[in-house]
Amino acid sequence: MKEILADIDGWRQAGKRVALATVVQVYGSAPRPLGAKLAVSEDGAMVGSVSGGCVESATVQEALEVLSSGAPRLVSYGIADETAWEVGLACGGTIEVFIEPLDW
Amino acid sequence: MAELFDQVAQAIRKDELCAVVTALSGERVGGKLLARRAAPREGGSPVEIAGSLGNGALDQAAVERAKDAMEAGRTTRVTIEAEGREWDLLIDVHVPQEKLVIVGAVHIAIPLVTFAKALGLYTVVIDARQIFATQDRFDHADELVRSWPEDALQEMTLSESTYFVTLTHDEKLDTPALIHALDHPVGYVGALGSKRTHAKRVAVLREAGVSDGQIARIHAPIGLDLGGRSPEEIALAIMAEIVQVRNRRTERNIDRSKEGRK
Repeated sequence: MKEILADIDGWRQAGKRVALATVVQVYGSAPRPLGAKLAVSEDGAMVGSVSGGCVESATVQEALEVLSSGAPRLVSYGIADETAWEVGLACGGTIEVFIEPLDW
Repeated sequence: MAELFDQVAQAIRKDELCAVVTALSGERVGGKLLARRAAPREGGSPVEIAGSLGNGALDQAAVERAKDAMEAGRTTRVTIEAEGREWDLLIDVHVPQEKLVIVGAVHIAIPLVTFAKALGLYTVVIDARQIFATQDRFDHADELVRSWPEDALQEMTLSESTYFVTLTHDEKLDTPALIHALDHPVGYVGALGSKRTHAKRVAVLREAGVSDGQIARIHAPIGLDLGGRSPEEIALAIMAEIVQVRNRRTERNIDRSKEGRK
Protein backbone atom coordinates (compact mmCIF):
# COMPACT_ATOMS: atom_id res chain seq x y z
CA MET A 1 0.00 0.00 0.00
CA LYS A 2 2.76 2.40 1.02
CA GLU A 3 4.35 2.34 -2.44
CA ILE A 4 1.17 3.49 -4.20
CA LEU A 5 0.22 6.35 -1.85
CA ALA A 6 2.25 9.06 -3.59
CA ASP A 7 0.62 8.43 -6.97
CA ILE A 8 -2.86 8.30 -5.44
CA ASP A 9 -2.20 11.62 -3.71
CA GLY A 10 -1.06 13.16 -6.97
CA TRP A 11 -4.17 12.01 -8.83
CA ARG A 12 -6.51 13.20 -6.12
CA GLN A 13 -4.80 16.58 -5.95
CA ALA A 14 -5.31 16.88 -9.69
CA GLY A 15 -9.02 16.29 -9.06
CA LYS A 16 -9.08 12.83 -10.62
CA ARG A 17 -11.21 9.99 -9.31
CA VAL A 18 -9.40 6.82 -8.27
CA ALA A 19 -10.35 3.14 -8.07
CA LEU A 20 -8.59 0.65 -5.85
CA ALA A 21 -8.19 -3.06 -6.68
CA THR A 22 -7.15 -5.47 -3.92
CA VAL A 23 -6.33 -9.18 -4.06
CA VAL A 24 -8.84 -10.75 -1.66
CA GLN A 25 -8.36 -14.44 -2.40
CA VAL A 26 -5.51 -16.53 -3.75
CA TYR A 27 -5.91 -20.14 -4.88
CA GLY A 28 -2.84 -22.11 -5.86
CA SER A 29 0.33 -20.27 -6.72
CA ALA A 30 -0.08 -16.59 -7.48
CA PRO A 31 2.61 -13.98 -7.90
CA ARG A 32 1.10 -11.43 -5.52
CA PRO A 33 -0.21 -12.10 -2.00
CA LEU A 34 -3.52 -11.37 -0.32
CA GLY A 35 -3.90 -7.62 0.12
CA ALA A 36 -1.75 -6.66 -2.90
CA LYS A 37 -3.05 -3.49 -4.52
CA LEU A 38 -3.41 -1.72 -7.81
CA ALA A 39 -4.77 1.82 -8.01
CA VAL A 40 -6.26 3.21 -11.21
CA SER A 41 -6.99 6.84 -12.02
CA GLU A 42 -10.03 7.88 -14.06
CA ASP A 43 -7.83 8.44 -17.10
CA GLY A 44 -6.50 4.89 -16.95
CA ALA A 45 -3.12 5.42 -15.31
CA MET A 46 -2.13 2.70 -12.86
CA VAL A 47 0.24 2.08 -9.98
CA GLY A 48 0.92 -1.07 -7.99
CA SER A 49 0.12 -4.61 -9.00
CA VAL A 50 -2.33 -7.42 -8.32
CA SER A 51 -0.68 -10.16 -10.36
CA GLY A 52 2.76 -9.04 -11.43
CA GLY A 53 1.55 -8.18 -14.90
CA CYS A 54 -0.80 -10.98 -16.04
CA VAL A 55 -4.21 -9.45 -15.37
CA GLU A 56 -3.40 -5.77 -14.83
CA SER A 57 -4.89 -4.50 -18.09
CA ALA A 58 -8.13 -6.41 -17.48
CA THR A 59 -8.24 -5.01 -13.95
CA VAL A 60 -7.80 -1.47 -15.26
CA GLN A 61 -10.80 -1.99 -17.58
CA GLU A 62 -12.92 -3.25 -14.67
CA ALA A 63 -11.73 -0.37 -12.49
CA LEU A 64 -12.82 2.19 -15.07
CA GLU A 65 -16.26 0.57 -15.20
CA VAL A 66 -16.42 0.65 -11.40
CA LEU A 67 -15.62 4.37 -11.50
CA SER A 68 -18.41 5.08 -13.94
CA SER A 69 -21.00 2.91 -12.17
CA GLY A 70 -19.84 3.79 -8.66
CA ALA A 71 -20.48 0.19 -7.50
CA PRO A 72 -17.70 -2.05 -6.17
CA ARG A 73 -17.27 -5.49 -7.71
CA LEU A 74 -15.57 -8.77 -7.01
CA VAL A 75 -13.74 -10.25 -10.02
CA SER A 76 -12.10 -13.63 -10.36
CA TYR A 77 -9.14 -14.34 -12.64
CA GLY A 78 -7.73 -17.76 -13.26
CA ILE A 79 -7.30 -20.63 -15.67
CA ALA A 80 -10.79 -21.91 -14.95
CA ASP A 81 -12.22 -18.62 -16.08
CA GLU A 82 -12.79 -17.86 -19.75
CA THR A 83 -11.80 -14.22 -19.54
CA ALA A 84 -8.74 -15.09 -17.54
CA TRP A 85 -7.80 -17.61 -20.20
CA GLU A 86 -7.68 -14.72 -22.62
CA VAL A 87 -5.75 -12.42 -20.33
CA GLY A 88 -3.63 -15.36 -19.18
CA LEU A 89 -2.62 -15.80 -15.59
CA ALA A 90 0.81 -17.25 -16.27
CA CYS A 91 1.24 -18.75 -12.85
CA GLY A 92 -1.73 -21.10 -13.16
CA GLY A 93 -3.36 -19.95 -9.94
CA THR A 94 -6.63 -18.15 -9.42
CA ILE A 95 -7.05 -14.79 -7.76
CA GLU A 96 -10.07 -12.85 -6.69
CA VAL A 97 -9.85 -9.08 -6.85
CA PHE A 98 -12.13 -6.57 -5.15
CA ILE A 99 -12.42 -3.34 -7.09
CA GLU A 100 -13.93 -0.25 -5.50
CA PRO A 101 -14.08 3.50 -6.02
CA LEU A 102 -11.79 5.32 -3.59
CA ASP A 103 -14.52 7.52 -2.17
CA TRP A 104 -14.38 6.51 1.49
CA MET B 1 -14.69 12.55 0.58
CA ALA B 2 -11.91 10.07 1.26
CA GLU B 3 -11.62 11.04 4.91
CA LEU B 4 -11.15 7.49 6.09
CA PHE B 5 -8.65 6.83 3.34
CA ASP B 6 -6.64 9.82 4.55
CA GLN B 7 -6.50 8.27 8.01
CA VAL B 8 -5.42 4.95 6.53
CA ALA B 9 -2.74 6.67 4.47
CA GLN B 10 -1.51 8.53 7.53
CA ALA B 11 -1.27 5.34 9.62
CA ILE B 12 0.65 3.59 6.86
CA ARG B 13 3.00 6.52 6.34
CA LYS B 14 3.72 6.50 10.07
CA ASP B 15 4.29 2.76 9.71
CA GLU B 16 1.76 1.91 12.42
CA LEU B 17 0.24 -1.52 12.90
CA CYS B 18 -3.28 -1.19 11.50
CA ALA B 19 -6.05 -3.12 9.76
CA VAL B 20 -8.59 -2.01 7.18
CA VAL B 21 -11.73 -4.15 7.16
CA THR B 22 -13.80 -4.17 3.95
CA ALA B 23 -17.20 -5.79 3.38
CA LEU B 24 -16.81 -7.73 0.13
CA SER B 25 -20.42 -8.63 -0.55
CA GLY B 26 -24.00 -8.15 0.61
CA GLU B 27 -25.95 -4.95 0.98
CA ARG B 28 -23.07 -3.23 2.77
CA VAL B 29 -20.48 -4.05 0.13
CA GLY B 30 -17.60 -1.58 0.22
CA GLY B 31 -18.23 -0.74 3.90
CA LYS B 32 -14.97 0.16 5.64
CA LEU B 33 -13.56 0.19 9.09
CA LEU B 34 -10.06 1.13 10.23
CA ALA B 35 -8.55 -0.34 13.39
CA ARG B 36 -5.22 1.08 14.48
CA ARG B 37 -2.97 0.60 17.40
CA ALA B 38 -0.50 3.44 17.61
CA ALA B 39 1.34 2.19 20.68
CA PRO B 40 1.03 -1.57 20.96
CA ARG B 41 1.61 -2.84 24.49
CA GLU B 42 1.83 -6.35 25.78
CA GLY B 43 -1.46 -7.85 26.82
CA GLY B 44 -3.35 -5.85 24.22
CA SER B 45 -4.15 -2.18 24.22
CA PRO B 46 -7.33 -0.42 23.24
CA VAL B 47 -7.72 -0.22 19.51
CA GLU B 48 -8.75 3.03 17.89
CA ILE B 49 -11.61 2.60 15.44
CA ALA B 50 -12.67 4.81 12.56
CA GLY B 51 -15.40 4.24 10.01
CA SER B 52 -18.10 1.57 10.16
CA LEU B 53 -19.44 -1.43 8.27
CA GLY B 54 -22.87 -0.01 8.93
CA ASN B 55 -23.93 -1.97 11.98
CA GLY B 56 -22.74 -1.90 15.60
CA ALA B 57 -22.75 -5.67 16.20
CA LEU B 58 -20.98 -6.33 12.92
CA ASP B 59 -18.38 -3.66 13.71
CA GLN B 60 -17.73 -5.17 17.11
CA ALA B 61 -17.27 -8.69 15.73
CA ALA B 62 -15.07 -7.35 12.94
CA VAL B 63 -12.85 -5.43 15.36
CA GLU B 64 -12.25 -8.59 17.40
CA ARG B 65 -11.12 -10.42 14.29
CA ALA B 66 -9.05 -7.43 13.20
CA LYS B 67 -7.21 -7.51 16.54
CA ASP B 68 -6.34 -11.20 15.99
CA ALA B 69 -5.17 -10.48 12.45
CA MET B 70 -3.03 -7.58 13.66
CA GLU B 71 -1.48 -9.74 16.38
CA ALA B 72 -0.70 -12.42 13.82
CA GLY B 73 0.52 -9.75 11.42
CA ARG B 74 -1.40 -11.25 8.51
CA THR B 75 -4.00 -10.11 6.02
CA THR B 76 -6.94 -12.52 6.10
CA ARG B 77 -10.29 -13.13 4.44
CA VAL B 78 -12.95 -14.08 6.97
CA THR B 79 -16.62 -14.87 7.23
CA ILE B 80 -18.23 -13.68 10.42
CA GLU B 81 -21.71 -13.92 11.83
CA ALA B 82 -23.60 -10.85 12.95
CA GLU B 83 -27.26 -9.87 12.88
CA GLY B 84 -28.08 -13.54 12.28
CA ARG B 85 -26.26 -13.77 8.96
CA GLU B 86 -22.84 -14.20 7.47
CA TRP B 87 -20.58 -11.42 6.25
CA ASP B 88 -17.68 -11.81 3.88
CA LEU B 89 -14.82 -9.52 4.93
CA LEU B 90 -11.23 -8.77 4.06
CA ILE B 91 -9.03 -7.78 6.97
CA ASP B 92 -6.11 -6.02 5.36
CA VAL B 93 -3.26 -5.71 7.83
CA HIS B 94 -0.39 -3.25 7.50
CA VAL B 95 2.58 -4.60 9.42
CA PRO B 96 5.28 -2.08 10.33
CA GLN B 97 8.74 -2.71 8.91
CA GLU B 98 10.54 -5.07 11.25
CA LYS B 99 13.69 -3.57 12.67
CA LEU B 100 16.77 -4.88 14.44
CA VAL B 101 18.43 -2.38 16.77
CA ILE B 102 21.97 -3.38 17.66
CA VAL B 103 23.69 -1.57 20.51
CA GLY B 104 27.42 -2.08 20.05
CA ALA B 105 29.23 -1.94 16.71
CA VAL B 106 31.34 -4.93 17.74
CA HIS B 107 32.57 -7.69 15.47
CA ILE B 108 29.48 -9.89 16.04
CA ALA B 109 27.33 -7.02 14.79
CA ILE B 110 28.89 -7.22 11.31
CA PRO B 111 27.56 -10.67 10.34
CA LEU B 112 24.42 -10.03 12.40
CA VAL B 113 23.52 -7.10 10.13
CA THR B 114 24.09 -9.35 7.10
CA PHE B 115 21.82 -12.11 8.43
CA ALA B 116 19.12 -9.70 9.60
CA LYS B 117 18.98 -7.98 6.22
CA ALA B 118 18.71 -11.33 4.44
CA LEU B 119 15.69 -12.06 6.62
CA GLY B 120 14.01 -8.80 5.70
CA LEU B 121 14.80 -6.68 8.76
CA TYR B 122 15.78 -3.02 8.70
CA THR B 123 19.04 -2.71 10.61
CA VAL B 124 20.23 0.04 12.96
CA VAL B 125 23.63 -0.08 14.64
CA ILE B 126 24.35 2.26 17.55
CA ASP B 127 27.78 2.97 19.00
CA ALA B 128 29.50 6.20 20.03
CA ARG B 129 32.95 4.59 20.07
CA GLN B 130 34.76 5.79 16.94
CA ILE B 131 36.98 2.74 16.54
CA PHE B 132 33.97 0.40 16.31
CA ALA B 133 31.39 2.49 14.51
CA THR B 134 33.15 2.99 11.19
CA GLN B 135 31.34 3.30 7.88
CA ASP B 136 33.82 0.80 6.56
CA ARG B 137 32.67 -1.93 8.91
CA PHE B 138 28.96 -1.09 8.67
CA ASP B 139 28.42 0.04 5.13
CA HIS B 140 25.81 -2.73 4.81
CA ALA B 141 23.70 -1.47 7.76
CA ASP B 142 20.61 0.63 6.96
CA GLU B 143 21.59 3.10 9.69
CA LEU B 144 24.78 3.62 11.64
CA VAL B 145 24.19 5.95 14.58
CA ARG B 146 27.34 7.36 16.15
CA SER B 147 26.08 8.46 19.53
CA TRP B 148 25.55 7.10 23.03
CA PRO B 149 22.81 4.47 23.13
CA GLU B 150 20.71 6.40 25.63
CA ASP B 151 20.60 9.48 23.38
CA ALA B 152 20.10 7.52 20.17
CA LEU B 153 17.26 5.44 21.62
CA GLN B 154 15.31 8.51 22.73
CA GLU B 155 14.83 9.39 19.08
CA MET B 156 13.62 5.93 18.04
CA THR B 157 10.24 4.23 17.91
CA LEU B 158 10.55 0.90 19.69
CA SER B 159 7.45 -1.20 18.93
CA GLU B 160 6.52 -4.88 18.80
CA SER B 161 8.18 -5.13 15.43
CA THR B 162 11.50 -3.97 16.87
CA TYR B 163 14.05 -6.55 17.94
CA PHE B 164 16.68 -5.25 20.29
CA VAL B 165 20.15 -6.55 21.22
CA THR B 166 23.00 -5.22 23.34
CA LEU B 167 26.46 -6.39 22.37
CA THR B 168 28.91 -3.73 23.61
CA HIS B 169 30.74 -5.92 26.17
CA ASP B 170 30.52 -2.88 28.42
CA GLU B 171 27.85 -2.89 31.10
CA LYS B 172 28.02 0.88 31.45
CA LEU B 173 26.67 1.09 27.91
CA ASP B 174 24.47 -2.02 27.79
CA THR B 175 22.54 -1.58 31.03
CA PRO B 176 20.98 1.87 30.40
CA ALA B 177 20.11 0.75 26.89
CA LEU B 178 18.42 -2.37 28.26
CA ILE B 179 16.45 -0.33 30.78
CA HIS B 180 15.21 1.88 27.97
CA ALA B 181 14.24 -1.08 25.76
CA LEU B 182 12.41 -2.91 28.56
CA ASP B 183 10.27 0.16 29.01
CA HIS B 184 8.93 -0.40 25.48
CA PRO B 185 6.90 -3.24 23.94
CA VAL B 186 9.80 -4.49 21.79
CA GLY B 187 9.35 -7.96 20.29
CA TYR B 188 12.70 -9.30 21.48
CA VAL B 189 15.39 -8.21 23.92
CA GLY B 190 18.72 -10.02 24.00
CA ALA B 191 21.89 -9.20 25.92
CA LEU B 192 25.34 -10.60 25.20
CA GLY B 193 27.23 -11.96 28.19
CA SER B 194 27.80 -15.13 30.17
CA LYS B 195 25.46 -16.42 32.86
CA ARG B 196 27.71 -14.78 35.44
CA THR B 197 27.67 -11.42 33.66
CA HIS B 198 23.91 -11.67 33.38
CA ALA B 199 23.48 -12.43 37.09
CA LYS B 200 25.42 -9.26 37.90
CA ARG B 201 23.38 -7.34 35.36
CA VAL B 202 20.13 -8.56 36.90
CA ALA B 203 21.22 -7.21 40.28
CA VAL B 204 21.96 -3.80 38.73
CA LEU B 205 18.62 -3.77 36.90
CA ARG B 206 16.72 -4.62 40.09
CA GLU B 207 18.50 -1.82 41.89
CA ALA B 208 17.45 0.52 39.11
CA GLY B 209 13.84 -0.46 39.83
CA VAL B 210 13.23 -2.78 36.86
CA SER B 211 10.65 -5.42 37.79
CA ASP B 212 11.39 -9.16 37.69
CA GLY B 213 8.71 -9.53 35.02
CA GLN B 214 10.55 -7.06 32.81
CA ILE B 215 13.94 -8.65 33.55
CA ALA B 216 12.53 -12.04 32.52
CA ARG B 217 11.99 -10.64 29.01
CA ILE B 218 15.75 -10.50 28.44
CA HIS B 219 17.18 -13.39 26.45
CA ALA B 220 20.50 -14.07 28.17
CA PRO B 221 22.81 -15.72 27.45
CA ILE B 222 21.79 -14.43 24.04
CA GLY B 223 20.93 -16.68 21.11
CA LEU B 224 20.01 -20.31 20.57
CA ASP B 225 22.62 -22.73 21.85
CA LEU B 226 24.36 -23.77 18.64
CA GLY B 227 27.61 -24.48 20.47
CA GLY B 228 29.51 -21.97 18.31
CA ARG B 229 32.21 -19.51 19.32
CA SER B 230 33.12 -17.39 16.32
CA PRO B 231 31.43 -14.01 15.83
CA GLU B 232 29.62 -15.40 12.78
CA GLU B 233 28.31 -18.38 14.74
CA ILE B 234 27.16 -16.18 17.61
CA ALA B 235 25.46 -13.80 15.18
CA LEU B 236 23.70 -16.79 13.61
CA ALA B 237 22.58 -18.03 17.05
CA ILE B 238 21.15 -14.57 17.84
CA MET B 239 19.36 -14.34 14.51
CA ALA B 240 17.99 -17.87 14.91
CA GLU B 241 16.56 -16.94 18.29
CA ILE B 242 14.93 -13.82 16.89
CA VAL B 243 13.37 -15.86 14.07
CA GLN B 244 12.09 -18.39 16.61
CA VAL B 245 10.51 -15.68 18.77
CA ARG B 246 8.95 -14.04 15.72
CA ASN B 247 7.47 -17.29 14.36
CA ARG B 248 6.17 -18.46 17.73
CA ARG B 249 4.36 -15.19 18.21
CA THR B 250 2.66 -15.47 14.83
CA GLU B 251 1.72 -19.13 15.44
CA ARG B 252 0.35 -18.41 18.88
CA ASN B 253 -1.83 -15.64 17.57
CA ILE B 254 -3.11 -17.68 14.67
CA ASP B 255 -4.02 -20.48 17.11
CA ARG B 256 -5.80 -18.00 19.31
CA SER B 257 -7.77 -16.62 16.40
CA LYS B 258 -8.81 -20.18 15.41
CA GLU B 259 -9.94 -20.83 18.98
CA GLY B 260 -12.11 -17.76 18.81
CA ARG B 261 -13.84 -19.04 15.73
CA LYS B 262 -15.09 -22.26 17.32
